[in-house]
Amino acid sequence: MTPKIALKDVHKTFGTKRVLRGVTLDIMPGESMVIIGGSGTGKSVTIKSVLGLVQPDKGEVWVDDIRADKVRGGKRDAMLDKFGMLFQGGALFDSLTVWENVAFRLRRRMDKAEARDTAIAKLRRVGLGPDTADLYPGELSGGMQKRVGLARAIADEPEIIFFDEPTTGLDPIMSDVINELIREVVVEMGATAMTITHDMSSVRKIADKVAMLHDGVIQWTGPVAELDHCGDPYIEQFIHGHATGPIEAVR
Amino acid sequence: MAVLSAFQGFLAGIGASVLGLFRATGALVLFALQGIIHMVLPTYYWRETLRQMMRIGYYSLPVVGLTALFTGAVLALQIYIGGSRFNAEGVVASIVAIGIVRELGPVLGGLMVAGRVSAAIAAEIGTMRVTEQIDALTTLSTNPFKYLVAPRLIAGIVTLPILVAVADIIGVMGGFLVGVNRLNFSASAYISNTVNFLEAGDILSGLYKAAVFGFIITLMGCYHGYNSGRGAQGVGNATTNAVVSASVLIFAANYLLTELFFSA
Repeated sequence: MTPKIALKDVHKTFGTKRVLRGVTLDIMPGESMVIIGGSGTGKSVTIKSVLGLVQPDKGEVWVDDIRADKVRGGKRDAMLDKFGMLFQGGALFDSLTVWENVAFRLRRRMDKAEARDTAIAKLRRVGLGPDTADLYPGELSGGMQKRVGLARAIADEPEIIFFDEPTTGLDPIMSDVINELIREVVVEMGATAMTITHDMSSVRKIADKVAMLHDGVIQWTGPVAELDHCGDPYIEQFIHGHATGPIEAVR
Repeated sequence: MAVLSAFQGFLAGIGASVLGLFRATGALVLFALQGIIHMVLPTYYWRETLRQMMRIGYYSLPVVGLTALFTGAVLALQIYIGGSRFNAEGVVASIVAIGIVRELGPVLGGLMVAGRVSAAIAAEIGTMRVTEQIDALTTLSTNPFKYLVAPRLIAGIVTLPILVAVADIIGVMGGFLVGVNRLNFSASAYISNTVNFLEAGDILSGLYKAAVFGFIITLMGCYHGYNSGRGAQGVGNATTNAVVSASVLIFAANYLLTELFFSA
């Protein structure tokens, strides 16, 4: 089977810092891949390379049969139509109301009333009532903003959904709620998901497969069920949060 | 040896500054060209453009109006003082009108809007950059230049001439109030002197300047906001740079445009 997303020997350097040193990773259709790794290891750069927000210095990025790092113009817009993304901080548009945020992409093909109804349905799907529709993002709590971000990510029923640190800044209960929601919507929609996180509870809840990114390369990848018994020293240190091991901790 | 090394360091410093200047100029020109292309070619975000017109034009009206009013009033007093030395007090009305519509209306209006609008645009777009809202636009298949930059450029180019036209009227009014109430000109003589000596070219040259200033103000706000550094400090620097560069470019463009009109 052809991978939905394929990264082949992707390199990226910022100034003198070599962030990605040859990332190779396949994500199959309908699979939920979670990339784990410490802060500053290039997880966000990996995701942004797929979306074209960061241009790799070397290597290839494929989405279906499209060379994502080369595609431009209308073809790029068509490719991006396949994606939904939940950003770490929500990245909701401050000047738009909640429903306008959720319906942002829908407005291109729906009239206002239809887009609003669809947005309210999506808000309901993530556990928010219609009363939140006319609020502005600044009036919402962090957890509610994440839910709105999730509603926006799934609003147009994309084939691929990216989740960037979906539980950062949330309390454990809200984190679990968001993890549950992510799992549910991904399974429900049959979407291919790519999540980056260092929250192990998210990993266990969301992932079909896990990839460990360290030193700019994928150190280990495998099914989530094998995570605890894989024997990889990087994974061992990371999932148990040990200060000593192959991953250098800055003291 | 140490002297040679210091001299080399000095030259390297100059070289790096010159290269940096060319790099920044090139980046700004490319940004402006991209903005113009997206401003001209479809898709158009009319709702966003109208919203920006309100923010840039309508909400700047009080500050620009007050500036024009007091400038017209002061100009009348100053010209009266200067003119009285040559027994030419009668030129107050016409000089106030010409000074306001050709020069002070567009320049002072432009500077006031630069302070208010460039900073606001840079802060807004800079915050959107820092909070990944610009990345979010891209992932929602929306070109940030089309959605953020083009509507602001259009709004600046369209609303500044309207603002300046209003400022011209208010500025002349300021001169009129001082002329009649303080300098004891007759109201009818003041108005006829204003109207008789003012030519359409005076008004149009000021409005052309205003359109260019509108472009400069919004371009500087967008450019510095779009390229904002990370965090509060990055956005703060973007805001400051937007106001300073817009103000300096307004003065430079004002000279070039005046030279152009002077030669024409």
